[in-house]
Amino acid sequence: MQRRVTFDSRLLPYLLLAPQVAVTLVFFIWPAAQAIWQSVHLQDAFGIRSEFVWFENFTYVLSDPNYLDTLKTTVIFSVAVTVLAMGVALLLAVLADSKIKGARVYKTLLIWPYALAPAVAAVLWMFIFNPDIGSFGRALRAFGYDWDYRLNGGQALAMVILAASWKQVSYNFIFFLAGLQAIPRSVMEAASIDGAGPARRFWTITFPLLSPTTFFLLVVDMVYAFFETFGTIHALTQGGPGKATETLIFRVYQDGVVNNDLGGSSAQSVILMVIVIALTAVQFRFVERKVHYA
Amino acid sequence: MTPSSSRSRLIDLVPHIVLIVGVLVFVYPIYVTLIGSTWDSGTIGRGGLPLWPSGEGPANYAQAWAGEAGDRAMYTPVRTMMLNSLVMALSIALGKIAISILSAYAVAFFRFPLRMAFFWLIFITLMLPVEVRIIPTYKVVADLGLIDTYAGLTIPLIASATATLLFRQFFLTIPDELLEAAKIDGAGPVRFFIDVVLPLSRTNIAALFVILFIYGWNQYLWPLLVTSSRDMETIVTGITKMIGTGESANDWHIIMATTVLAMLPPVAVVLLMQRWFVKGLVDSEK
Amino acid sequence: MATVDIRNVRKSYGPVEAIKGIDIAIRDGEFLVLLGPSGCGKSTLLRMVAGLETITGGEVAIGGRVVNQLDPKDRDIAMVFQNYALYPHMTVFDNMAYGLKIRGLPKAEIRARVDKAAAILELGRFLDRRPSQLSGGQRQRVAMGRAIVREPAAFLFDEPLSNLDAKLRTQMRVEIKRLQDRLRITSLYVTHDQVEAMTLADRILVMNHGVAEQIGTPLEVYQRPASLFVAGFIGSPPMNVLDGRIDDRGEAVDLAGGIRLALPQPRLSDAGRAVKLGVRPEHLATADSGFAIEVELVEALGADTVVYGRLAGGESLLVRVAGLPTCRNGDRLTVAPPPDALHLFDAVTGRRLEG
Repeated sequence: MQRRVTFDSRLLPYLLLAPQVAVTLVFFIWPAAQAIWQSVHLQDAFGIRSEFVWFENFTYVLSDPNYLDTLKTTVIFSVAVTVLAMGVALLLAVLADSKIKGARVYKTLLIWPYALAPAVAAVLWMFIFNPDIGSFGRALRAFGYDWDYRLNGGQALAMVILAASWKQVSYNFIFFLAGLQAIPRSVMEAASIDGAGPARRFWTITFPLLSPTTFFLLVVDMVYAFFETFGTIHALTQGGPGKATETLIFRVYQDGVVNNDLGGSSAQSVILMVIVIALTAVQFRFVERKVHYA
Repeated sequence: MTPSSSRSRLIDLVPHIVLIVGVLVFVYPIYVTLIGSTWDSGTIGRGGLPLWPSGEGPANYAQAWAGEAGDRAMYTPVRTMMLNSLVMALSIALGKIAISILSAYAVAFFRFPLRMAFFWLIFITLMLPVEVRIIPTYKVVADLGLIDTYAGLTIPLIASATATLLFRQFFLTIPDELLEAAKIDGAGPVRFFIDVVLPLSRTNIAALFVILFIYGWNQYLWPLLVTSSRDMETIVTGITKMIGTGESANDWHIIMATTVLAMLPPVAVVLLMQRWFVKGLVDSEK
Repeated sequence: MATVDIRNVRKSYGPVEAIKGIDIAIRDGEFLVLLGPSGCGKSTLLRMVAGLETITGGEVAIGGRVVNQLDPKDRDIAMVFQNYALYPHMTVFDNMAYGLKIRGLPKAEIRARVDKAAAILELGRFLDRRPSQLSGGQRQRVAMGRAIVREPAAFLFDEPLSNLDAKLRTQMRVEIKRLQDRLRITSLYVTHDQVEAMTLADRILVMNHGVAEQIGTPLEVYQRPASLFVAGFIGSPPMNVLDGRIDDRGEAVDLAGGIRLALPQPRLSDAGRAVKLGVRPEHLATADSGFAIEVELVEALGADTVVYGRLAGGESLLVRVAGLPTCRNGDRLTVAPPPDALHLFDAVTGRRLEG
């Protein structure tokens, strides 16, 4: 935790910490505290008085069937994005890691989508699947399929899931590739000498040894799907049609910014914080275990 | 050629086929956008976009760049949005690196009261992505009068636990004897930081710069909230505002040219600094 | 050039006392080796002189000036570390020049000093290289160059050769010796290697558990070890130690199995005292009477031979003789030391019985 040898200075360490601590206090701790404070208060219509209402905001939010629908959408969306992004990335990483010609070229071509903003990824997908201007969108309609994600909730959800996973594949790919390259060649050679075929080697050696990476990505992808995909949804569907693609974070934005319901939005923020802290805690418990592996 | 060897040739091809399909899935949308940006809005709007470029490209990019009125609406010029995005991305990347390297230096190289308290205070920010505390943070920024300013756009995003932890982890690997040798050579904490720690951190700084630049450039929800004036528009939020509800009668040629320009800087950074980028990404998440 | 005075220096970590009061005055130009097993406090003592550890009690004076409260940079010392501690991103030249630059010396002066040190250490060809492009021995030379250019009042060496392989260590030992003969700068040198201590030191300070067991020239330490600890630590193979008792007339030592060795002079005052008798393996030679041993193992080292023998009482006895082996396993020999090669230590305190 600490170096044996350090510098002696009374003032300097505090000066060095000052900028980070100031930003953290003003823009992290203070807003978070406000969110918690507001989540247990109710403001009157004019925003002049506020009243302490215990967990009323929470019960209100959690008993709202709309909110529960949003929660359901979020779970479906997050699980689908995570599974898709990880599955495709793992497949591509395993192939690109094998002794294949042009592996470097494939790697470069698969890594760069990391640079795209979720919202830009959504826009690219729109260019293709828009029922009016997109080649695939028009093709689907030409085949007689009633494709319009702007009107059909199920299609809209599929669309944001695909766009969001598409962008996240490269991130997963980079980590799976790093994880695969960390597996000692001797282990694989020992397995082939023991007579294990490629499929068996993958499921009995590679996959278990990749489990720290897999678990880490699971958490990261969940957090990504929960929060960062705001841009994807905002750019593609605006949460619609109806509320078909409204996730928790989108609703916080909707209630807080568009509907100006501070108490309800803050209660939702607090719920989100609890979710993130839970995910982070799970991740850290796991990191402890990972240390044990090494 | 025996049948078995020809079959194994075929099996050898499968990975290539899968990888090529994978690459196509990631390249095709970009290709369509690139091609689209060289056609007129009418062609795109009718949905009949060919697979080859047309000669309209330079005109489209010029129009998007200068922000002359489109055929149907007025847009913020791309050069303004690019500049805003660049300022945002650079401020966030450099700001994060600067404040986290300083605080990591304090936590790693000094012993002082409340050291662990500060460490945990920084650590907590790791758990609170900006999206979670977005509304109250917006309120704080509004109260400080920072709406529609670069400061409001960037400062709330520059506290970074990840970068601090990465630097601290690296600092702990600097041998004690190096510090002692510097003390005997007469270097105090400030000199040691400038002459030894900074140069040794070059790779880490480069790696972090790549991921933080992309993080900054790609911000969406925060700029959406904090900027309302057209002069402060960033390019990523600008595109979706241009698209609106996605009607066919949009200035698609300008939108596509803008999209290409929006992708250019972060993609260039990733491709040019690929080695550092992968290292930085993997290291910072350890 | 300066003296280094260590006066009753102590170091405590909480309730644990690591250095229990060391006193030594190091003369100008003297090469003092701090020798002892790991954990004996020798490095801590050196680091207190350097200013890298605070001094709990006592005084350190360099060139007559008490430096307890001074920062390392103000103590006019230079230090060479075990792992070299070179700045990895600087060239050899910059590594050596760094301390001079900080002190604000003029560029030409820095250049001259570094060139001179590089010439002494034969580093001239490597001045533009980075440490990672050098071998271990070259890196250690750069570390010494960094110390030399400073022209300090004292050099401090903290196990500088421990990271080198055996051959290089011998070579560097000789180089350090030559350097010392040439520069004559007061030096404190920490090591756990007795060969380094014997060959380099003007005087050796043997430490154990934070206490100075003995301070003396290499030959004094070898010929008249002040305690059982020193006796066991210096010399290879180590000194034989046997339980005994000085007879009632103080003329001889009685050992188990009826062995009786005459003392060179009578020790009337010690008559009847329980003692530990020390005999170096190289001082034993075949004789008509003395220790009757059965040979258990013979190690032929070429120049000499080590015989592992066992006495009738079960104690083992090492004998080192010049030349090739003349006995085999199972042989029975009788060996004895000359009377003046006996070392007597108090059986309880382990201190040498002088006289």
